[in-house]
Amino acid sequence: MALPKYASPLEKAWHWAYLVICTLIFIFLIAPIIVIIPLSFNAEPYFTFTDKMRSFDPDGYSMRWYDSLLTFGMQAPDGPRNGGWWADAWNNAKWINAAKNSMIIGFFSTILATALGTLAALGLSRPEMPFRRAIMAILISPMIVPLIITATGMFFFYSNPCSVLGWVGLPSNCGRLAGTYTGVILAHATLGIPFVIITVTATLVGFDQSLNRAAASLGANPRTTFFRVTMPLILPGVISGALFAFVTSFDEVVAVLFIAGPDQQTIPRQMWNGIREQISPAILAVATILVLFSIALLTTVELLRRRSERMRGVTPH
Amino acid sequence: MKSVLIASTALVGIASAALAEGEVNVVSWGGAYEVSQVEAYNKPFTEQTGIKVNMIAADNPATPLKAQVEAGNITGDVFDIEVSDAIRLCDEGALVEIDPADLPAAPDGTPAAEDFIDGALQDCAVANIFWGTVIAFDTTKFPDAPPATAADFFDLEKFPGKRGLPKNPKRTLYLALIADGVPADQIYDKLASEEGVAQAFAKLDTIKDNVVWWEAGAQPVQLLADGEVTMATGYNGRFFDAMVGEGKPFAIIWDGQYMDLDMFAIPKGSPNPEAAMEYLKFATDTQRLADQAKYIAYGPSRKSSAALVGTYKDGTTEMAPHMPTNPDHMTSAVMDDPEFWADHDAELSEQFNAWLAS
Amino acid sequence: MAQASDPHAASAPGGDANDGPLTTADGQPLGRALRRSQRRAKRRAFLLVLPLLAFILITFVVPIAQMLQRSFYNDGFSANMPQLSAWFAATERGTDPDDAAWAALAADLTATAEARTIGVVGTRINYDMAGTRSLFTSTGRKVRDGIEPPYREALLEIDEKWGNPRLWSVMREASSPVTTNFYLASLDRTRDDDGNITMAPENQQVYVMLFQRTFGLSLLITVATFVLGFPIAHLLATLPMRRANLLMILVLLPFWTSLLVRTTSWIVLLQQQGVVNDLLIWAGIIDANGRLQMIYNRTGTIIAMTHILLPFMILPLYSVMRTINPSYVRAARSLGATSWTAFRRIYFPQTLPGLGAGALLVFILAVGYYITPALVGGSSGQLISNMIAMHMTDTLNWSMAAALAALLLGSVLALYWIYDRLVGIDNLKLG
Repeated sequence: MALPKYASPLEKAWHWAYLVICTLIFIFLIAPIIVIIPLSFNAEPYFTFTDKMRSFDPDGYSMRWYDSLLTFGMQAPDGPRNGGWWADAWNNAKWINAAKNSMIIGFFSTILATALGTLAALGLSRPEMPFRRAIMAILISPMIVPLIITATGMFFFYSNPCSVLGWVGLPSNCGRLAGTYTGVILAHATLGIPFVIITVTATLVGFDQSLNRAAASLGANPRTTFFRVTMPLILPGVISGALFAFVTSFDEVVAVLFIAGPDQQTIPRQMWNGIREQISPAILAVATILVLFSIALLTTVELLRRRSERMRGVTPH
Repeated sequence: MKSVLIASTALVGIASAALAEGEVNVVSWGGAYEVSQVEAYNKPFTEQTGIKVNMIAADNPATPLKAQVEAGNITGDVFDIEVSDAIRLCDEGALVEIDPADLPAAPDGTPAAEDFIDGALQDCAVANIFWGTVIAFDTTKFPDAPPATAADFFDLEKFPGKRGLPKNPKRTLYLALIADGVPADQIYDKLASEEGVAQAFAKLDTIKDNVVWWEAGAQPVQLLADGEVTMATGYNGRFFDAMVGEGKPFAIIWDGQYMDLDMFAIPKGSPNPEAAMEYLKFATDTQRLADQAKYIAYGPSRKSSAALVGTYKDGTTEMAPHMPTNPDHMTSAVMDDPEFWADHDAELSEQFNAWLAS
Repeated sequence: MAQASDPHAASAPGGDANDGPLTTADGQPLGRALRRSQRRAKRRAFLLVLPLLAFILITFVVPIAQMLQRSFYNDGFSANMPQLSAWFAATERGTDPDDAAWAALAADLTATAEARTIGVVGTRINYDMAGTRSLFTSTGRKVRDGIEPPYREALLEIDEKWGNPRLWSVMREASSPVTTNFYLASLDRTRDDDGNITMAPENQQVYVMLFQRTFGLSLLITVATFVLGFPIAHLLATLPMRRANLLMILVLLPFWTSLLVRTTSWIVLLQQQGVVNDLLIWAGIIDANGRLQMIYNRTGTIIAMTHILLPFMILPLYSVMRTINPSYVRAARSLGATSWTAFRRIYFPQTLPGLGAGALLVFILAVGYYITPALVGGSSGQLISNMIAMHMTDTLNWSMAAALAALLLGSVLALYWIYDRLVGIDNLKLG
């Protein structure tokens, strides 16, 4: 972004103004995420920097909101912190339960989305694939259709998944998926699939189909070819797709609000309740943990992307 | 793929099998009110029966209840709802009928049917508390001449600042009429007529641009505490909790309070009907209702509980002056008319939403 | 960043050539053998996609279709009031209710009151004629004790609203489960006593305004993301790779951070006792009594949504700008163009594909937004999605929710189709 030597003074002024504007926009992008981190250590239940915080008085800071994440919902939060206390926290603390649920739902929906999505991406990347464009449009649509519409559709369908069979005269009652882990997992897998498709097909774009033919001509059967040739090459894309799918599930609240039962309390749902009722700094403590979590995920994805580009010989542009 | 499905189904199966032993899902109003129920009902209940209680917070539990009934997808066992909703849902055959003879008698042997105050026992629901919707204000904002009446709530000149109001017709229209000088006993006659409703909306129009609408009971307290509004209406127990429990500089205006009962009801087809009934009986016995007043300023619905109500959990604050049922607070109170709201809630809500969006 | 376009199209085996005498090793005509192997390859590719396609159809397409069915199908009245519905079917519009009609009404009301389904019937009629739900429920409570002929007089005795011709017209409408009334209502239209389409009363006209607001705000947010995103994308595209990658993290981090976290942050920053107001007071721009109201209204929705959607604008712009050859601009400059002219005539037109992709994506996502307006929008920042949610969970007018959802879905799919035409879905990129 160096300025050419022949730049006029006006252009120089504009250049510097431009850099200032860009800096301001970067601040707009990142400040909201950074500012909650120090605020989550506020000793007072306010959302602004107190005088003590501004003068870096240690009394202005505390871990109380992080502590409240553990104690909220416990049977006996005030007891001595021994094994029994921790067991109580593990079993009853609401945020810990929410984290467990988010992990379980995220894990299974990611596996489902990644397996189905990778398989489909392999098919979609084949030159022979019929109706490629239309099918791709359908498979990506869960990302495009407004979540509220998806969630309301699922609300009715998951309350009685067999009701559709009634249209063709079959028995139309077979239990329900709403309020079960299976239901939420299926819903989240649906929402995560477009991300898997997009990342895996992007990896396959640079994939040289002649490698497969070479493997076949050397006597490898399709299975061997897949696991020994294709898989290692697309693996980085599959993993970033999986991470996207996981984050989608981990951050999803609308479908959960509509189809989850009381047992499937997830972190976003707990946050949603918290934000609507009263944003105690405890929410900021959760938010801080989630920001650190996303930094870790982002780093992983970036490393994977570079590795994939190196392996496929695509030079980063 | 199949194995994943099997694994996840198995996992769910194990989870629900472990919980089926004893669990009850109670849908209530969240916030300080939920805390009082956890302390007064849930903890002793789990201790005595071993049944685990899951509290689920809703802005108004009748809303998820109606949706669950309509979709045939009931996940809650016990719902804490208002009388009008209890009557309406009972009319529609959605609730389990409750025989007063099954409820525990008072300690002196008075049967439950006589121990509960009038209106507290309905065909399908049992009341636990009396509560009021009241105006509260931030005393630091009006140090010299504090507001004192419902009319002051609508006076933006004398008492500047934003107002917090609930996003429903039931607890806003009446206040507008009271502030417009309609006597408390004529509110429902007015609301039954188109002119009366128009009058209420016209009064609300005068402050509409300065209203922050809230939906969950904890929000008005938060709005006041954050300085987002200078005056708000909300549930008296929540304000009490903030004032006495957390030492917030709020004061309550009892003029034009709206008084209502909260009831426990069990929907037909709930996942744990036996545990639900057990919980309902336990939570509405004399001692539990009296205990709840230790945590929040709501009046118990049993006569025999009144004598047991003492001080707040801090041990020094007398509860009586903070109760909505205190005779001094009842002079201009509007009592809830469940029949009126069972019939008119849907229509007035529709008009209210259209008014709000335009 | 991977390149767009379908790289395989060119390598597809070219169909059958004019190859009469050529045969394969086992003596088959080559053309047929090729066709067969091509069919097999096609089938194999399709089989790989099939499990996912089936999954998406079952868990996504069917549920939405089933939900949308409610927008034109509601049997709340017809299923519970069979006798009166039969009378309506047998008579013509405009027929005054005769004794048979009143008897059918009384019988159906008694039956529904006993079956406790009268609330459902009342709710259905109330959708088309506000204020009638209570007529049904209160009449139901009375007829449960028994009702004697003559039914007309008996029912009018209970409530004279039963004689209202508009009520009978509305009941006639509802006696057929298939209806367009919910779509009419979503466009602020209604039917008069004769069944003609008219405007709804002024105090009930909300939806057209809400659609306008939703599209207007989405457009505004799209423009805002463009204004903020363009300089950033340009900077990233012109910096050396290493530094660009470093700064890219500042764009990607918000993208990867939970939506709820970002919304929370904006509440914390923008509320009256929040950080931004404190800063403004400290800087002397406003005084302590003039704290700005920036959240729980339209302003809050616009700021938070712009922030949340900004990466969706920057990423496609960036990947297009990366490919723009700087020598064109230099050539223009050397031919005497000012930097502004060179930018306007040479550089900007080349960024249009990225701009189009980003703008469409941001607009599509903004139109359907729910979470952020619900949390920070107050009442003036609510969008059509929030109205759908309200009808789903509060008023339980599911047919209305479905009709609004159908209209919203229609417009989103139209935009999606345009996006696919102009940009191609396989060009979607995620960082």
